[in-house]
Amino acid sequence: MSETTQYETVIGLEIHVQLKTVTKMFCGCGLSFGEPPNTRTCPVCLGLPGALPVANAEAVHYGLMIGMALGSKLADRSIFHRKNYYYPDLPKGYQISQFDEPLCLGGQLGDVRIHRVHLEEDAAKLVHVGASGRLHASDASIVDFNRGGTPLAEIVTEPDLRDATAAAEWLRMLRTTLRALGVSDVNMEEGSLRCDANISIRPVGQAEFGTKTELKNMNSFRFIERGIRAEVARQTAIVQGGGRVEQETLHFDPRTEQITSLRSKEEAHDYRYFPEPDLTPVGITTEMLDRARAALPELPLARAERLEREHGLSEESAHLLAFRSELGDYFEAAYAGNGGVEPQPLANWIANELVARIGADVDPKDSKVAPGALAKLVSMVGAKEVTGAGARQVLDKLVADGGDPAAIVEAEGLGAVGGADSLGPIVEAALAANPDVAEKLRGGDMKPVGVIVGYVMKETKGRADGKEVTRLVREQLGL
Amino acid sequence: MSDLTALTAKQAVDAAATGDLDPRELFQAYRAKAAADPLNAYTWVADETPEYDSAQGALPLGGVPLAVKDLFCTEGVPSQSGSRILEGYLPPYTASVVAQLHAAGAPLLAKTNQDEFAMGSSNENSGFGPALNPWDTTRVPGGSSGGSAAAVAAGSAPWALGTDTGGSVRQPAALTGIVGLKPTYGSVSRYGMIAFASSLDQAGPLTRDVTDAALLYSYMTGRDPMDSTSLQHPEAIALPTGDRLDGITLGVPEELTGEGIEPGVYAQFEASLKLAESLGAKIERVALPHNSYGISAYYVIAPAEASSNLARFDGVRYGQRVEADDLVSMYTRTRHDGFGDEVKRRIMLGTYALSSGYYDAYYGKAQRVRTKIADDYRNAFASVDLIVTPTAPSVAWELGAKSDDPLSMYLEDLFTVPISLAGLPAISIPNGLSEGLPTGLQIAGPAFSENRVLSAAYALEQAIGFDATPGRI
Amino acid sequence: MIDREQVLHVARLSRLELSDDEVGRMATELSSVLGHIEKIGELDLDGVAPTSHVVEVENALRPDVATPCLPREVALAQAPAVQDDGFLVPSPQAGGES
Repeated sequence: MSETTQYETVIGLEIHVQLKTVTKMFCGCGLSFGEPPNTRTCPVCLGLPGALPVANAEAVHYGLMIGMALGSKLADRSIFHRKNYYYPDLPKGYQISQFDEPLCLGGQLGDVRIHRVHLEEDAAKLVHVGASGRLHASDASIVDFNRGGTPLAEIVTEPDLRDATAAAEWLRMLRTTLRALGVSDVNMEEGSLRCDANISIRPVGQAEFGTKTELKNMNSFRFIERGIRAEVARQTAIVQGGGRVEQETLHFDPRTEQITSLRSKEEAHDYRYFPEPDLTPVGITTEMLDRARAALPELPLARAERLEREHGLSEESAHLLAFRSELGDYFEAAYAGNGGVEPQPLANWIANELVARIGADVDPKDSKVAPGALAKLVSMVGAKEVTGAGARQVLDKLVADGGDPAAIVEAEGLGAVGGADSLGPIVEAALAANPDVAEKLRGGDMKPVGVIVGYVMKETKGRADGKEVTRLVREQLGL
Repeated sequence: MSDLTALTAKQAVDAAATGDLDPRELFQAYRAKAAADPLNAYTWVADETPEYDSAQGALPLGGVPLAVKDLFCTEGVPSQSGSRILEGYLPPYTASVVAQLHAAGAPLLAKTNQDEFAMGSSNENSGFGPALNPWDTTRVPGGSSGGSAAAVAAGSAPWALGTDTGGSVRQPAALTGIVGLKPTYGSVSRYGMIAFASSLDQAGPLTRDVTDAALLYSYMTGRDPMDSTSLQHPEAIALPTGDRLDGITLGVPEELTGEGIEPGVYAQFEASLKLAESLGAKIERVALPHNSYGISAYYVIAPAEASSNLARFDGVRYGQRVEADDLVSMYTRTRHDGFGDEVKRRIMLGTYALSSGYYDAYYGKAQRVRTKIADDYRNAFASVDLIVTPTAPSVAWELGAKSDDPLSMYLEDLFTVPISLAGLPAISIPNGLSEGLPTGLQIAGPAFSENRVLSAAYALEQAIGFDATPGRI
Repeated sequence: MIDREQVLHVARLSRLELSDDEVGRMATELSSVLGHIEKIGELDLDGVAPTSHVVEVENALRPDVATPCLPREVALAQAPAVQDDGFLVPSPQAGGES
């Protein structure tokens, strides 16, 4: 391949979601939230001799809800398989998972097709402790089985994503959808949402996929984006240099931006899948389907449509608010609290000004800006009680200290200087102070009107409404 | 005072109920015999008589103590499944069926010796030495429940629990001249049974007679929420009565010709058929064309499941560990030192059968053979009520005689294995002696037909009148 | 029919260390058993469904209700090596499965 060949990135995602059931996938141990090690175990999740698994009905229910939300085809009959390999965090020497008869097949979310959704149990936690006097080995780890057995839904996409940003965005969309379902905390930092990416590149126009690598252990949206980007760069460099990409499992270190190999896929285990004889097949009944359907909340796509319809929001705004459900919730709370506010400006202020100030990953309801306060502020702008620039200053204050926008406007003296009575004389003075500009304006050349506006702004400390000033200029010059 | 241990379990239960027998005395008598253990039948014997209150005798099982195969988890008591890798392992819980029987009045007497992880037909694969046949201590008692069978046959336990995966209750019963029942798969909980082959393992009673087997089994059944594969038996299990077989049709497999069976064993089988006819039974040949593939299918499926079930023995959380500098060596050395040869063989066989490129040819195919075998029995039971065969093709052989050839050992399971694959119930009752050693008759029925099987077994048992004993210890 | 190479591969998959001697013996013994098992290759089983569950039961599921856990001392009681309330093991090699 020459250096001038253009390459296309192909990305598929593999997402593990910890389900928010009360108990583990195959035993009655309660799920652990930071309890002391090995205090949430039983013979089943410890893999003691003679113990047997029994599947959690609620986990199946959550799995069905996920499948429905993603538009998947739900199996009539689904079975569990054993995935056999050895690791200290796997007490039985196999993970109970699903293989060729998963709970859900197909589906779509946004532009990305879903390949499958299945249920399985989480592994335990392995903590490296370094040298231990108690072992021959120079390097030791300890195993905590509290997490072992937690129910997981594994969601695998088709390789439909084409760049790192789109991947991160789509993952956010998935996260919002799962949060809306209430089936998981979907918190990447806490590990209830984990994402691996399968990445390959191919020359633009080629139908065949290139060799893919698997990038694991990225625990934030930003790291995922950066990790994918780094891997694409690595693969591109290899291919452009005449080399071949090896199929392998990789790790991305966000501090150094380095990609390192975890293991080569050739060494990858032969999992020797076979149907789990200790569990019965799950036959999906009408009752189960009805119950799952009834439990579905308004899903993001439906919400986007509704926001467009009910509030006349643009498609883009509606989509954003629906898929960033924290923003959507905040919007609806703000709107409800202030009947007079215009929805589109409110949406814009939330999506642009508010988010810019509190950060893209912060839930606005956790900020100091009460929804009603923002709505009030937006109304005031609409009523020209404060200018856009003035309102931004008010918002800064609201973000820092909370409070009531009207009071802040009053206290800071940020009220818009509006009507002809107050502005008129100042416009006059501006024109008088800039006779050549006034001359040009009179002649029909509106270009230098900014000078007049600037003068008025300075005089009013930015509280004049620019459009109003321009109108007065025209009026006074008889244009 | 008469020898309390000469009573059958049912006789002891009845005597306890009327107050004519003190269960504590009974326990002590058995405990003393078990502790002597000249046959290496036991891996652990209770060193205390459990506290009894007067109500114990009134419980359904009368306080009559139970010997339990080593692989049943018994809280605080060594449960090793006959393996060095679990030597001294003390589980924190008790197997459901053992707890259930204890609650019904059968306290734990002892744990019995077995082939390691239930893999074997002679008890020679035990990590704790072979168990011996009380009929001739130079011979094997059969396996894998060899210890339980030897104990009951020698009279050092009134009754015992074994497990049957491919014949491991029935075959030792036949080789030691006692009764052994393998119930319908799923009718007894497997929770707490250290697993060999999950889709085949079933707990079963080893007893002196059919009545005792029915009595014990009737308290073993029940759906256990801890075992997804367990079911509620649709019938209440009755103690059999009746000494005739009128209206019963017994099926004999067409493929059964005497070939591959010791002449003495076959002669006793034919005598049993004649006896059955004299009791009013009709004998019919039935086709079970896939039975000859039973051993092949079994020796793929059972080792495959076992290779996975035994993966947990890795030295991390319990059992023996061989320390090493790195994790993989810890695993491989622990398992090399902890497992015996037969277990290693079966793990290898099972792993191979499941491995990439071989799954379809071996495991996939074996599961389909299993379907055909089950279909054959379903078809056969459309025209006969029960199917009879010798339990095993030979009498007890000498220790070491088959050790060099695993395959010849596997072929001992010829008649028992297909029934296990189909998940059906079957009982073995002693039907005579050949050269001074017991032979067994196997009676099998459709799923959940234990009452029918036990009735026929009882009638035949009365008619056969097998009263030879190896000499009580 | 199963050679030393394959025996070593399967032994690795099974995490079993085998001496040179044992590898040879295992190859012979397994070949003998496999020779018998090959019989099932004779049968035409197209269209026959495999039996993965001999009992026809579905939906043995349990309600999402918590049951008591083992006390930590009990969970650790049989462990060969314990540290910091956890099961102590040699560390696996770089990040992959062992």
